[in-house]
Formats: sequence, C-alpha cells, structure tokens
Amino acid sequence: MRVLVCVKRVPAPGSRINISPDQLNVDTAHLGFTTSPHEECALEEAAQIIEQHGGTVTVLTAGPTEAEEQLRYAASVGGTDFVLIPNNSGGDWDPERTANAITQAINKLEAEDGQFDLIMFGNESADAGGFQVGVRVAVALDRPIVNGIKGIEINDRVFTARREVDTGVEVYQLEAPAVLGVREGINLPRYPTMKGRLASKKAEIAIAPIEVHAGGQNKVRLHRPEERVTETNVLGESAAAAARVVDLLDELGVL
Amino acid sequence: MMGEILVFVEHDQGQLSPSAGEALTAARELGERLSQKTAAVLVGQAAEGLGTMCAEYGVQLAYCLTSPVLSDYGPETWGQAIVELANQCSPSVILSVGTDRGNEVLAQVAARLGAPFAANSTVVQRGDAWEITRVQWGGSLLEDIVVDSELLIASYNHHSIEPAFFPGDNEIEVRTVGVELDPTLGRTVIRDRVTLTEGVTLSTASVVVSGGRGVGSADGFAQLEELADLLGGRVGCSRAVTNNGWRSHADQVGQTGTRIAPEIYIACGISGAIQHWVGAMASKNILAINTDREANMVTKAGYAVIADLHEVIPAVIEEVKRRRS
Repeated sequence: MRVLVCVKRVPAPGSRINISPDQLNVDTAHLGFTTSPHEECALEEAAQIIEQHGGTVTVLTAGPTEAEEQLRYAASVGGTDFVLIPNNSGGDWDPERTANAITQAINKLEAEDGQFDLIMFGNESADAGGFQVGVRVAVALDRPIVNGIKGIEINDRVFTARREVDTGVEVYQLEAPAVLGVREGINLPRYPTMKGRLASKKAEIAIAPIEVHAGGQNKVRLHRPEERVTETNVLGESAAAAARVVDLLDELGVL
Repeated sequence: MMGEILVFVEHDQGQLSPSAGEALTAARELGERLSQKTAAVLVGQAAEGLGTMCAEYGVQLAYCLTSPVLSDYGPETWGQAIVELANQCSPSVILSVGTDRGNEVLAQVAARLGAPFAANSTVVQRGDAWEITRVQWGGSLLEDIVVDSELLIASYNHHSIEPAFFPGDNEIEVRTVGVELDPTLGRTVIRDRVTLTEGVTLSTASVVVSGGRGVGSADGFAQLEELADLLGGRVGCSRAVTNNGWRSHADQVGQTGTRIAPEIYIACGISGAIQHWVGAMASKNILAINTDREANMVTKAGYAVIADLHEVIPAVIEEVKRRRS
C-alpha cells in the first residue's frame, strides 16, 4: 500500500494567541511548533496501515524550511519518505495556492514512483482552518474524497470509512486510489521510540520547489474577536452552593 | 447586474438540519443588504417537501435539485448538483453554514468552479470587492480577507447567526430542477448508517455537563452522567480526558471535537485551554465548578462554584431530586 499524508506545521499556542506587529501572522516568538492535530492522527493511521498491509508512508508538507522539524517528527512515528514544498514567503499560502502546489507535487511523485493508493489530509488545519485543501486536491486528481473520517478499514482495494455525526455514524466506501480527510479521535498517536528518534535523524528530506500562482483569497489582517468581559458570579465555595446551582437551573428553565 | 444569492440548506433524508434556520436567516439578511433575491437550495428528491419550512425564514424561492444519484448524501454528488444549478442561474453568492457538510459541500463547489471559498465567515460585505471576516484558530482569532472573485462562495461560522423567523404570511415558490450528474460521482454517497444516539445529542442538548482532567478518572464521570441524565442533557469532556482514554472522542467539546451551544454548560474540573474554549464559547450560560479560582474556564464563566466537583455534583444531584419529589 502506498500512502501519502499531507501535514502542516502550526504554532502550539498556550492560553492566548498573540498577533505579530504587521497583523499578518501569529506572533510565534515565544511559541513552539507542532503538527496540526488532525494530521498527526492521519499520520498515525497511515503508520498502522502499513504495519498491517506493508508499504510506504510518504509525508508531504508545504511550508518554511523549518517545517523540516515536522517531517523529522513524522519519521520518528512511522513515516518512510519525506517531501518539503518550500514556501519561504513568511506566511501561509492561500488555500487554492496550497492545493495547487500539493497537486503538482503529487503528480510528480506519482510519475516517479507510482500512484498512491490512499492520500490523507487532516479535516482542517488548526490555525487557518480553511476546510478545503484536501477537497481541492482530490477534485484536481479526480479522486473520491470524504472528510471528517474517524475510522478506516481496508478490504482489498476498498476503504470503508466511518464518519461520526451527531446521532451516530455514516459509512462510506471508496475504491483506491482515494483521498480521506481525517479527524482527531480516529486513534491515539504514538510517541516516538528510541528507534524512531534514530530514524528521524537519518531521514532524507526531498525538497520539491513548485511554482504556483496566488489564489483569490487575500489576507488583509488578523485581529482578536471582541472579548466578552464576564463578571463571574461565584455561587459558593463548598457543596453548600448546590441550592444556588439548582436555583440557577430553575431560572434557566432546564430543571 | 448581479445574480441571486443561493443558500445551501442542509437536510438529512428529508429531515431539515438544525443549522437550516441559521443559513436561511443569514442569506435573507445578506439579500436585504445587497438588494439581491435569495433562493434556498435543497438537494435531492427527499427535500421536496421542505420549501414551506424555508418560507418561515422569509425566503421566497427554493430550488429542489433532483437526480437518481441524489438519493442520499454524498459530498461529490451534492457539490456537483449545486455546480449545475450555478451554471444555469449565475449566482453572485453561494452560502452555507460551516457545519461538516456545509463546509465539505461548498469546498466541492468551489474546487469544481475554480473559485475561492471562505470558510466560517462572520462578516460578509460587498465594497469594491468581497470583504470577509472569517475565524481562525476555531474562533480565537479573526482574519479579514478580500476575495478576488465575482462569485463569492462562503460558509457562515456555525452558531454565529441567531435564526429568526420572518413575520407575516410568507409564500415560497419551489422550483424542481432536474440535474444531469455523472453516475461515477455516486462513489462517495453514504453506504450505510449506524444510529448510536436517539433523541438529544451533544450538539443539540440544552444542558451539557462536561468534565476535564479534574474529574480524575473514567469512573469519576459516573456522577456527571447522573446529573446529565437528570437534566435531560449530555456528558461532554475536554481533550485531556480523551487523551487519557477516559471517554470516547465523540464526547469531546472543542476545536477538534464538537462545538456546542447549550442553554447551560456545566464545566467540571476543566481549566479552559483555548482549544476547549472555542468549542464551548457559544453556550448561552456557563457554570464552572473548579477548585482553582484563577482557571481560565472560571474567569470566563458567568457562574462558578469554587470547590471540589466530586463534592458539589452529588450535592446538586440530591438537591434536584429533593425539589422534584
């Protein structure tokens, strides 16, 4: 099985996200970086798939040179091949441009080494949250895609994919070659082992420069939503507050 | 002359989705502001009877798209069906609410039309170009963008519009439009469904009793379950809880879990990290039960009890039972 996982390097914020002075990016001066959570799960899923079925997991990212850190991390948790599409513009590309670059990179990788049976994206990135790059790539490649996937079973060349909805589960069946947008909760990602850490050091990262035009979505500025200033009404400091809690439930009509 | 505003109105097997009111309200409001006609888009024959319900929100035209491959939901068939309609009526705007399906279908539409897509918008304005404000980081930040396209494809951030019925005797014209779709797109239509929850769900519950790291163990949730049951609500949890394997991820409230908007959110032993807060912030009221008065969840909550949740919850359960007996 040839699997491709697309990941994004994102800041790992604490309890507040600050904005850079030019208002175009998150101020990352005091922040670490991580792999966007849904994608970390996609990577884990891919690692489990090749453990069961054999094959390779190619991990692809579009980002700054520093995104090599996320590819090396991927090597420590099951990735086998690594590709970086450099974007050193100092900010994210817009979603159309990102999708276009990834599509071109996939076409190139497939021309060299054969088609990917499964391509996985995260449902959406933790930061920009555009909800579209995976869909755009799948449409450009004319492959089926379903988002929000929290379970994958493989039978021959058919992927049975489960999506949680409010009342239960929707089941989809996609034939390879297919694309899936994966959600956190599909698995619990592993931590790197000692062997993984060694693999991460040795991993070779292919650099794939790609020329792409900007899409139609232009960022003007980032800002903070108006913060609701809340006066917290403390109902008590012991179990004796129960009566006031139930008064409140009664007032709100939920008792 | 600009074309009309199309709004994708969600349903599941003919059952109007809870987000439909938000979609129709947002579209009608935008239509009034831009002096454009607004039309609801219902996909599949199962939706044919839903026109009257759309009328209650003041929308006067609905297109019901039909084809043999539109029997049940499929992101590609539904997306392409809307593309076919757009090719016929040249709309100026295609809107949805940013639910799973709302974003998935409009991403398909945008990809197929080669147009930009602004997901989870909070403000839509037309100046010299489309000026949009949309959420980033699940709602912790906002991004102003300019969309360089005649056709605007955008979803409204879920729970950011208050659905409003339109007063008066509303009439709606429902136009059934047969669309020709490539049957191979049926490859992503739902094959099967498993119903796990009947009735109230996490995202529709009026009461959500949620636990964080402070609950201490999987067993610690029994008290929260009991209170939620008593109030006809549901149990939620934070990401720390699912990472510890105490609850299923289906119960997780937050940016990577479920976004909720209950009448009251009872947050027990939850510190309130950003990723959790953005899933809970649409709650009408928040009661935080926490030993730490400085916890983010406590300072953002309208109501708080500063005490051990394992003492407070049983006392609340007893009090509810006492008043009902």
